[in-house]
Amino acid sequence: MLEIKDLYVRYGGIEAVQGVSMSIPHGSIVTLIGANGAGKSSIIRSVAGLNKTISGQIQFRRHVGDEPVSLMGLKPESMVLNGIALSPEGRRILPHLTVRENLALGAYSRSNKKEIEDDMEWVYSLFPRLKERSWQKGGTLSGGEQQMLAVGRALMSRPDLLMLDEPSLGLAPLLVKEIFAIIRKINEDGKTVLLVEQNAYAALSIANFAYILEVGRVVLSGPGRELLENPKVKEAYLGG
Amino acid sequence: MGFEMFLQHCFNALTLGSLYALIAIGYTMVYGILRLINFAHGDILMVGAYFIFFGTFAFGWPWGVAAILSILAAGLLGVLIDRVAYRPLRDAPRISALISAIAMSFFIESVAVVVFTGQPRPVQQPAWLTNAWQFGDLRVTHLAAFVPGITIILVCLLLYIVYRTKPGLAMRAISKDIETTRLLGVKVDNIIALTFGLGSALAAAAGIMWALRYPQVHPYMGVMPGLKAFIAAVFGGIGSIEGAVLGGLVIGFVEIMAVAFMPELSSYRDAFAFLILVLVLLVKPTGLLGEKIEEKI
Ligand SMILES: Nc1ncnc2c1ncn2[C@@H]1O[C@H](COP(=O)(O)OP(=O)(O)OP(=O)(O)O)[C@@H](O)[C@H]1O
Ligand SMILES: [Mg+2]
Repeated sequence: MLEIKDLYVRYGGIEAVQGVSMSIPHGSIVTLIGANGAGKSSIIRSVAGLNKTISGQIQFRRHVGDEPVSLMGLKPESMVLNGIALSPEGRRILPHLTVRENLALGAYSRSNKKEIEDDMEWVYSLFPRLKERSWQKGGTLSGGEQQMLAVGRALMSRPDLLMLDEPSLGLAPLLVKEIFAIIRKINEDGKTVLLVEQNAYAALSIANFAYILEVGRVVLSGPGRELLENPKVKEAYLGG
Repeated sequence: MGFEMFLQHCFNALTLGSLYALIAIGYTMVYGILRLINFAHGDILMVGAYFIFFGTFAFGWPWGVAAILSILAAGLLGVLIDRVAYRPLRDAPRISALISAIAMSFFIESVAVVVFTGQPRPVQQPAWLTNAWQFGDLRVTHLAAFVPGITIILVCLLLYIVYRTKPGLAMRAISKDIETTRLLGVKVDNIIALTFGLGSALAAAAGIMWALRYPQVHPYMGVMPGLKAFIAAVFGGIGSIEGAVLGGLVIGFVEIMAVAFMPELSSYRDAFAFLILVLVLLVKPTGLLGEKIEEKI
């Protein structure tokens, strides 16, 4: 579905991403793991069209069998039309808008009211807590609820590729479990997921395939379960 | 001062305040989205007033037709100004856009002087506006009811757009987080253009009513109302539409009442608004209804 080849991301003088290649097959959960500053967000933001100074190739096929289209140089606002949605790092909920309005904004590019309403119900069924709070301002939600809203909002564009940047950030262990269970469910509903995480254990547990990033380069990759058993990964990312 | 006289001043204040409110909304909406003070905003008011002057006087169109065309044309002008003067500077430091705004203001005024000449031109007030209701000693012109009436209608329309429509939702989102809004599929430049269009249309509406009230037009007629409306927007809490309306009314009342109760100060008439600005900045820099706006990094 998504093929990243030899991606470089530069900010002024520094090269935050140095020749990364990744492949995200249709229907999979692929995770990208790495320490702070490794370049995870830079990669995912490049796919979403938010970084301008990048080089390499990013190719996307919405459905199996489609001709690949290049995402290089596309504007971020056109990504949802291609079937790509990003739940950004730090949630970025619009605090002065209600839960419902935040979700409606996620469906901004769509016009079929009935379908939008159906999807909203679907998001509410994934996150019943959002439904109870649908008239509450986004800024008054707890951190965990805001994270659910960020994921739900991304789903409202009806994407085929859902990209999540650190959905477990700042959540209590129980909530992390809940969020990851829901990510799995979203995947089972047919969406491909690219998951950026620092919580390596949780991410590797649900991922079909994983890439490990260190200072802008992929140092290790393989099926999630395999990497969980890898001694080097255990030592560096799973606390020994 | 007799009670009738006081009521008379109230009507004047309401009229003036409504006009400030309409103009202030444009400042506050653009600021809310771009953190830009659109110095050319007052000049749109002037252009709108000239449009109606020529529409009715030179082409002989009925007032209503000329007013609607003038408001539409001014809205388009606002969109055009954003397109040529501000959009190319979207990623530049904010001070660049500010300087561009000042330049735009001078440019429009200069063009107006060249095209329309610097000579003030009298506006022919239609009789249905200068007629008045007489209640004892109190004389209320139709204009004194017309201006607040139109203002209420326009403000309600605007609030409907901002709070009940999709583009309005996008507008409110952009004012907090442009990048995220863009990520959700909103074509931000279109929404910004719409914001300029709506603000400019309201300014033109105010300009038309201004020309009817002080029945003349001249190329610098937008400068002082623009400045005071800007103060009104700051007073109400810049970024807040409700604040701009409230601020406009307050500035209008202060200006009229100060002169009414202290006629000896009437030559300082224009100073009151600025005095309020200084006080607001000292006491409550975020204005009446404003929230703290974090500097975006
Ligand atoms: N807009 C920017 N301007 C300059 N440098 C940047 C910018 N964004 C990221 N960087 C730098 O690029 C490097 C990679 O950052 P990135 O945000 O991709 O890391 P990350 O893996 O997502 O880290 P974290 O887990 O902390 O979110 C860092 O050194 C960071 O300082
Ligand atoms: Mg990151």
